[in-house]
Amino acid sequence: MRSMISVRRKSAKRDPAPSRVAYRLNRLWLTPEFHRFLKLGVPMILLTGMIFAIFSDPLRRETMHDYLVELRRSIEERPEFMVDLMAIDGASDELALDIREVLPVDLPASSFDLDLEAMRQHVESLDAVERVDMQVMAGGILQITVEERVPAVIWRSRDGLELLDADGRRVAALMRRTMRPDLLLVAGDDADLAVAEALQLARATGPLRHRMIGLMRISALRWDVLLDGGHRIMLPETGALPALDRAVALADAQRLFDPGKVARIDFRNPDRPILRLADGAVIDRGRVEPIDVKD
Amino acid sequence: MSDLYQSQRAMRNKRQAAMQRGVIAVLDVGSSKIACFVLRFDGADLHMEEEGIGSMAGQSSFRVIGAATTRSRGVSFGEITAMHETERAIRTAVQAAQKMANVRVDHVIASFSGARPRSYGLAGQVDLHDGTVGDTCVARVLASCDVPDYGPEREILHAQPVNFAVDHRSGLRDPRGHAGNALSADMHMLSVDRTPVENLLYCIKRCDLNLAGIASSAYVSGVSSLVEDEQELGAACVDLGGGSTGISIFMKKHMIYADAVRIGGDHVTSDISQGLHIPMGIAERIKTFYGGVHATGMDDREMIDLSSDTGDWEHDRRTVSRSELIGVMRPRMEEIFEEVRAILDAAGFDHLPSQRIVLTGGGSQIPGLDGLATKMLGQQVRLGRPLRVQGLPQSVTGPSFASAVGTCLFAAHPQDEWWDFDIPVDSYPARSLKRAVRWFKDNW
Repeated sequence: MRSMISVRRKSAKRDPAPSRVAYRLNRLWLTPEFHRFLKLGVPMILLTGMIFAIFSDPLRRETMHDYLVELRRSIEERPEFMVDLMAIDGASDELALDIREVLPVDLPASSFDLDLEAMRQHVESLDAVERVDMQVMAGGILQITVEERVPAVIWRSRDGLELLDADGRRVAALMRRTMRPDLLLVAGDDADLAVAEALQLARATGPLRHRMIGLMRISALRWDVLLDGGHRIMLPETGALPALDRAVALADAQRLFDPGKVARIDFRNPDRPILRLADGAVIDRGRVEPIDVKD
Repeated sequence: MSDLYQSQRAMRNKRQAAMQRGVIAVLDVGSSKIACFVLRFDGADLHMEEEGIGSMAGQSSFRVIGAATTRSRGVSFGEITAMHETERAIRTAVQAAQKMANVRVDHVIASFSGARPRSYGLAGQVDLHDGTVGDTCVARVLASCDVPDYGPEREILHAQPVNFAVDHRSGLRDPRGHAGNALSADMHMLSVDRTPVENLLYCIKRCDLNLAGIASSAYVSGVSSLVEDEQELGAACVDLGGGSTGISIFMKKHMIYADAVRIGGDHVTSDISQGLHIPMGIAERIKTFYGGVHATGMDDREMIDLSSDTGDWEHDRRTVSRSELIGVMRPRMEEIFEEVRAILDAAGFDHLPSQRIVLTGGGSQIPGLDGLATKMLGQQVRLGRPLRVQGLPQSVTGPSFASAVGTCLFAAHPQDEWWDFDIPVDSYPARSLKRAVRWFKDNW
């Protein structure tokens, strides 16, 4: 007797046993190393693969790059980061103009675009600048603090007149000597290398100060002190300062540089100073008293 | 013999490796169900070293983290008859237990009930050269036991030293350090048929598992069901399984005898099926719901519907009284107990100081069975349930899981077996050295 409604039954009961493959896969799944690999390794591999796939297309890479550059630009050009003004302290007007001219910056500019170190070196390469500090202050001001070189001597070189500081570094060119009558005049090749000595010598001239025209470097070795009236004191290479002291004392005491007496004092050998008489001074030769050089 | 010695040693090493990894599975391949437990070993066992607690103490070192059971297929009389069916059943159980434990197991310790176990008592004696028992003496005395001819196609499943005696002081558990002239040992050896063991090994190997130990389920049921004083004073454990009934006798905490009756609960079911003309499935269901061995007047009035699906209305609407069912079941149970009685008599169970009999296994749940057993086996019968172990689900704490739980204890703390001792070194090289010395003496 069959039931009227045929209920389709499976011929055999389902086998509860896992197949060999299912069993092995299940065991594999329960292996901790495999589990870890699936949970960590596979996502990482997929992620890396996706990133590679996305960035292997040059067009997409360029779009991404452009977008990033644009993003950077938009941040950099926010008004908070813009520099509008340049303030220069401690420089003469002339130098300030020079600095403004020499700095290749068009203000307003973003502070991200300013390479302060390069600009500093740029400004320091100017002759008249000894030291410079740059900083971007709040409110968009580029503060430049300059320490100028102080001219100490005028150097009459083959190329013309130049102002040098106490270290012999060039400060600026000079049109005429009379523009800076207060400064010492030096001349001769390589005179800029011995400016410090020249300044010492100039200070040591004492009573002859008002008669001194300047110092002349001879053969890049030693100094001559030039006085008005064509007088000249020739100094040795070494020990120039004591030699000058003695020459000045001698000249002052003996009034050697009165007109028509001595043309030049030769102290190149300090042990044996030589006087060259001026023309027409020979007549008074007998009146010359002996000089005790050992004194 | 040394072949088996080596393979048993290899299994012990695998067990050590599994303990190191901390996870091991136990598998009870029975005729009616296959149970798989996953054990986690963590931390040292605190009570292991204490004196007098013995082999039961290993239970505190592990925890059952996965348990699964499935209907057995292809196993009859505790032996595998259909390899692939059994393999699938093992796979089912192992996978379910792994899923519950959420861990992969590689090592498994198996127990099975069939393969016609047979016990042998072995005795050996050696002279002590230096007057005290050293470490190697134990191995020597075990090696000196004269192994009986247990037959071809047989394997040794267990070989446990049960007693040591130095001179005439017997009953020593650990003879090392004792002073005396002669050391003798008694060893209990259990041999089983080779083919069922090989079939089981094949099935387990097909499941990608390493076998880390193998045990007779009669033995492990006794380990889990007998309480400590029963093991000490002497008791028999009767494991009423599906296809076979295992008997193990314990004395001084050692198994001294084991055997099996090849009748079990499945035969009761088949009797019901034949007697009442119903399918096996329904017979099994009726047996578990209404079964019993002692009929009363009340049982005559309790009618059981025998629903079946033949299409014959008269046949499908039959009823039987419960006493009729009991009338079918009781002779079979009596037959089982008669066999058990015969085995106990053969083993000399009457001479033991205590004659406690513990019934366990799924068949022991038949109501009134203890009364029947009392009549047939002796007065001291009780129903045994396996020891409680940590983490065991409630559903698998019944007496049917006695051998599975016992296998857990066996895995955690196995008794010393013969292969746990090193082979004595004096077998070949020493003799040849002696021969060389003698040759020198003879010639000069």
